[in-house]
Amino acid sequence: MSILNSILALVIAAILNGTPLLFGTMGEILTEKSGNMNLGVEGMMYMGGAVGLAGAFYYGKAAGESAFGPAAVIIAILCAFIAGAFGALIFSFITISLRANQNVTGLALAIFGTGAGQFIGEFMRTKEGGFVAVSNEMKAAFQGSPFPKFLQDIPYVGQLLFQQNIFVYLGIILALAMAFFISRTRFGLNLRSVGESPATADAAGINITRYKYLATIIGGGISAIGGMVYIMTIAGCVWNHEGLSGEGWLAVALVIFCLWKPQNALWGSALFGALMILYLRLPLAIPNEIYKILPYFVTVIVLVVTSLRKKRENQPPASLGLAYFREDR
Amino acid sequence: MENKEAAVSLRNISKSFGSIAANKNVSLDINRGEILSLLGENGSGKTTLMNMLAGIYYPDSGQIFVDGREVRIASPRDAYDCGIGMIHQHFKLVDVLTAAENVVLGLEGPLMLDMPKASAKIREICDRYDFSVHPDKKVYDMSVSEKQTLEIIKVLYRGADILILDEPTAVLTPQETNRLFNVLRQMKADGKSIVIITHKLHEVMAIADRVAVLRKGEYIGEMMVSETNPQEMTNMMVGHTVSLNIERPEPVDPQPRLTVSGLTVVSDEGVLKLDNVSFTAMGGEILGIAGISGSGQKELLESIAGLCPIKEGSIIFTPKDKPARELVGLTPTKIKDAGIAMAFVPEDRLGMGLVGGMGMTGNMMLRSWRLGKGVFVERKKPDELARKLKDELGVVTPDVDYPVRRLSGGNVQKVLVGREIATVPSVLMTAYAVRGLDINTSYTIYNLMTEQKQKGTAVIFVGEDLDVLLELCDRILVLCDGKVTGIVKAGEATKEEVGLMMTHIDSGKEAAE
Repeated sequence: MSILNSILALVIAAILNGTPLLFGTMGEILTEKSGNMNLGVEGMMYMGGAVGLAGAFYYGKAAGESAFGPAAVIIAILCAFIAGAFGALIFSFITISLRANQNVTGLALAIFGTGAGQFIGEFMRTKEGGFVAVSNEMKAAFQGSPFPKFLQDIPYVGQLLFQQNIFVYLGIILALAMAFFISRTRFGLNLRSVGESPATADAAGINITRYKYLATIIGGGISAIGGMVYIMTIAGCVWNHEGLSGEGWLAVALVIFCLWKPQNALWGSALFGALMILYLRLPLAIPNEIYKILPYFVTVIVLVVTSLRKKRENQPPASLGLAYFREDR
Repeated sequence: MENKEAAVSLRNISKSFGSIAANKNVSLDINRGEILSLLGENGSGKTTLMNMLAGIYYPDSGQIFVDGREVRIASPRDAYDCGIGMIHQHFKLVDVLTAAENVVLGLEGPLMLDMPKASAKIREICDRYDFSVHPDKKVYDMSVSEKQTLEIIKVLYRGADILILDEPTAVLTPQETNRLFNVLRQMKADGKSIVIITHKLHEVMAIADRVAVLRKGEYIGEMMVSETNPQEMTNMMVGHTVSLNIERPEPVDPQPRLTVSGLTVVSDEGVLKLDNVSFTAMGGEILGIAGISGSGQKELLESIAGLCPIKEGSIIFTPKDKPARELVGLTPTKIKDAGIAMAFVPEDRLGMGLVGGMGMTGNMMLRSWRLGKGVFVERKKPDELARKLKDELGVVTPDVDYPVRRLSGGNVQKVLVGREIATVPSVLMTAYAVRGLDINTSYTIYNLMTEQKQKGTAVIFVGEDLDVLLELCDRILVLCDGKVTGIVKAGEATKEEVGLMMTHIDSGKEAAE
């Protein structure tokens, strides 16, 4: 049974480590569906992590004994979302309204966001006497399962299905909702057409600017929640800038791996999560750095395979990364 | 004022782009249950006028009436609300979506898409007009003709009863064109108004009830097709002869330089672009190529330059004192290596001819980058050439390293033509060399052509202004739909003759169909 146990432990750890990526990736998928390539995911996740932690921490401090765990979760989600949305708003204004190069702007946002997140995180730490701690009750709200004890106690099944933290379930619901939104609703269809062929969408009377702004801002907010999830679950509710480093870039790679489909992000994020912690679970006599390039390595393979197969549905949105100019003579 | 029958009335519509007037005081009626053909040469403002009905452009002045009521059309959506739908020359479809998804794109409605309902409505339209488009087929799997049909369905789905088609037959094979015409007749019988923008006279004769002619942005007149003939329409299209006083010295000792025979070119879509074209270009002579745009001029020049795959035919090059050579099958590099000096001034100056971000010197180097020692390019000579051209042709630029993209159209053309002539070509090909240039620059270009001719170069001049062609060239080859409809001596031909050859495809063959 020990093999089964270690597989189960690996899967659970993979899901735990994949959840921040799941949010980061979903946000970026939504953004890229509108034809905007926001490479600033790393920065937005840093901002989300720092501001989300701040939200939960200061709420706990203000409420004192009466602090309510679920309320802290909601506050942390909102704070992270607003921080990411703010970063994406800057990106949107520069690339959509001013039509600057998206890659350059995205990289700038990545650097800016990383710095801003670091600043807020470290500032908070020093101001609070070197350590930002939230109460154990609040930690439980972020890291514990939302399900009743008897479900969690079912052998194996309970461990796998009911013992995860709340963000795993929120992430799954959001991914399914987003998949449904993109493929089945009128706004989803319009959004896809904006990313594929803005000139066509424009001629069909779709407001390109509005769709691009909304998708990028909401996408940035969702990505930033991923940063907060990392800090509040894996990092144990303390500011850990080293651990967060690289999550955003992995999310960008995961978008490609998932072929721009939120439903694929569900298992893709778990796979990437597993690859990230493989060096702990499957120690071989190779440097850790080799393990760390595995996610990027599989992304390259996916890119090669999909490019070779040339299936149109698996290609990036046709106008990804391009600014839209209405045809004027 | 408003005609009771008119579905749409345009009154005194004007539209300018910068200093260029695209439409001047155009008034026009579109009636119910009729096919109106809007006829005119390239750049006569047909598409601009219709784009104002479709909500792409907004008129500078004038009024639009739909069913006798004045309307304001500021966006494509406004146009649909008035029942007007336009099928553009370049299709506006999303490739990765299905036919049905493309049709419902941008429509108002409930949050949830009801695709089965949309598909059913599309099938209904298909049955009514005998279309065959499957609602679930992806656009990237469709042929050009299917895409066009889908565009028509899109417009009909939105309830349009005034349809505007911009040169719908340009991308179609003759069989597909016939099917399209049948569909249009059926829609006419259904009470819809149809406007077809075209410059092909035989199509006007075949499909339209009424024809309105535009020339240089102005409304010239209209006629019932049953009461007119191609000659009359041509005369209205090309207008009266204008004297330009271009100097034309007699050719000295013309020798065959380029002998093209049986040249046939088929596009990637399978459309015949050049059909059995044969002619001889002489050294020391300017051969003009006349034709409505898209009649195969581009393909003709590109196949001579080795840029375009040739299906059949031969191109024999005879240098002054060397044996003749076959050019078909050679790449531009091989043509150059064979010692054949050919110069090409393409239509798309900054796309095909020059690199916009580089200065004059850099662009001169495009012709000589192979020279120089080892990995280093030779910079000195191109720089000297750039300075020489700047002085001789009067190129207005702050510096020879200033990006050519920022120069005016005339200066860009001087740089390009100057560079090509500097290679001392034995064949010089130019496409629309004076398009968009002011009068003075145009004359500079004419003089350069004539100078080359006197040096014994075979000059091929593709033009669109018949007055220029008649005065500048020695002989004019007329293309119509990829076929040669005549080669005339420019000094003896009249504008009407050439105009008729440009638009009137072999009438005997048309009658036989």
